[in-house]
Amino acid sequence: MAILDKHKILETNATLLLVFSFLVVTIGGIVQITPLFYLENTIEKVEGMRPYTPLEMAGREIYIREGCYVCHSQMIRPMRDEVERYGHYSLAAESMYDHPFQWGSKRTGPDLARVGGRYSDQWHVDHLRDPQSVVPESVMPKYGFLEHRKLDGKYIGDIMKANALVGTPYTEEMLANAEADFRAQADPDSDYDGLLERYGDKVSVRNFDGQPELTEADAMVAYLQMLGTLVDFSTFTPDPSR
Amino acid sequence: MSKTSEKLPGDPNTTGHSWDGIEEFDNPMPRWWLWTFYVTIIWGVIYTIMYPAWPLVQSATAGVLGWSSRELVQEEMVAFQEANAPWNAKLVETSLEDISKDPELQQFAVNSGGAVFRTWCAQCHGSGAQGAPGFPNLLDDAWLWGGTLEDIEFTIAHGIRNEESDDARYSEMPAFGELLEKEEITQVVQYVMSLTNAQTDDAAAQAGKVVFEDNCAACHGEDGTGDVFQGAPNLTDAIWLYGGSEEALTQTVTYSRFGVMPAWENRLTEAQIRAVTAYVHQLGGGQ
Repeated sequence: MAILDKHKILETNATLLLVFSFLVVTIGGIVQITPLFYLENTIEKVEGMRPYTPLEMAGREIYIREGCYVCHSQMIRPMRDEVERYGHYSLAAESMYDHPFQWGSKRTGPDLARVGGRYSDQWHVDHLRDPQSVVPESVMPKYGFLEHRKLDGKYIGDIMKANALVGTPYTEEMLANAEADFRAQADPDSDYDGLLERYGDKVSVRNFDGQPELTEADAMVAYLQMLGTLVDFSTFTPDPSR
Repeated sequence: MSKTSEKLPGDPNTTGHSWDGIEEFDNPMPRWWLWTFYVTIIWGVIYTIMYPAWPLVQSATAGVLGWSSRELVQEEMVAFQEANAPWNAKLVETSLEDISKDPELQQFAVNSGGAVFRTWCAQCHGSGAQGAPGFPNLLDDAWLWGGTLEDIEFTIAHGIRNEESDDARYSEMPAFGELLEKEEITQVVQYVMSLTNAQTDDAAAQAGKVVFEDNCAACHGEDGTGDVFQGAPNLTDAIWLYGGSEEALTQTVTYSRFGVMPAWENRLTEAQIRAVTAYVHQLGGGQ
């Protein structure tokens, strides 16, 4: 093993050590990461996924801004207790339009991957305003200020453009109508046909927070109410071998 | 040139480095350490053979053991479903009224329904089913949509005012702020409060009776006892979903309020719905 006895050359030459360390890390990275992009058992196409609507995207931004991921995960692991409590285990494809994903690593609060449709809009508004009013044992802080912060959707197109740059398939039409779609989704009296045409019939159009102004609470509730609802597990069965 | 340290007979060889006269013995690694290290390498290789590991062209190696987290959870779910299957089948076959006549079945229904309730219902109705402002208490005798077993089961399966179920229970109180004068609202609030002897202004309450009969009686009844077919609450029982204070009632009459409950028919199995029906019914208020 003559070559192994030559490590002194690397250990006494800082530049060489740096070059070879970089080489080793690169090889390790390529071997571990690259296959995930092409292996059939790591990429799984599912039906029903669509990019976030402008209003949901705004809610997601608020979710990230407020650090919700610090206490709430968005990934149901394939274990019986989690599946019984939260619903079908999460699929990788369900966070394909999340930049960055919100899987989280800690659950002080419950997992939110499938919270959509579980509670009423009013419950979410009450719960954000004063979590203990509906769940007395909760330790969640109050987020009532969201109801008072108005949104105009002026910059939502830019956020969508940034997401389009990293691969979310927003069309030119979606980007051009971002602000209009943003307002339409929170107003059931508006002309929201364009929104449904662009994002699908399943998009919920409601006054999410129940007050006339379009606020951060509208965006937040719109986002929470769609989480985990895109894939219809009554018609889609994931491949068990993946 | 610094002085090299003195070597004693029997000392191992040095590595040959000398820093300021300090030299290093070239001792071999401890045997136990070295062997542990070799074993971990062998273990690592065996592991990648037994479990999914090496990426190939199309897919990664599946591993000799055929381990899959998805299959494991599936097997475990099926095992528990099969263990409960006889009970669940019995629960679905037995009519709702007869469940409580079989003490063992009732016990299964209440326990399994309790688990369903704590998982899916407790966030709104409270972990003890005590409710919260805007979310009905299920322990009392007041039922918006009826408290018989059939009523409860229907409400759970289809929910209230949701977009998911075509059979969802539906009614909507108008926002009377757009229909009545402010004074009339004040009067009718006083009248509604008088139904539970909480009025503060008798004259206004008297005037409010007329407003009530013209606008509210169609759903809430002439005597204000409500109508479970329309989900119109009984206003005479001093049980308030959104509060019975003058302020809360004025808010309710002016803007109207209506809660939404999701439909559970697609999320829960029929047996689960019947179990949670039995659980809610036996909490105290079941009719």
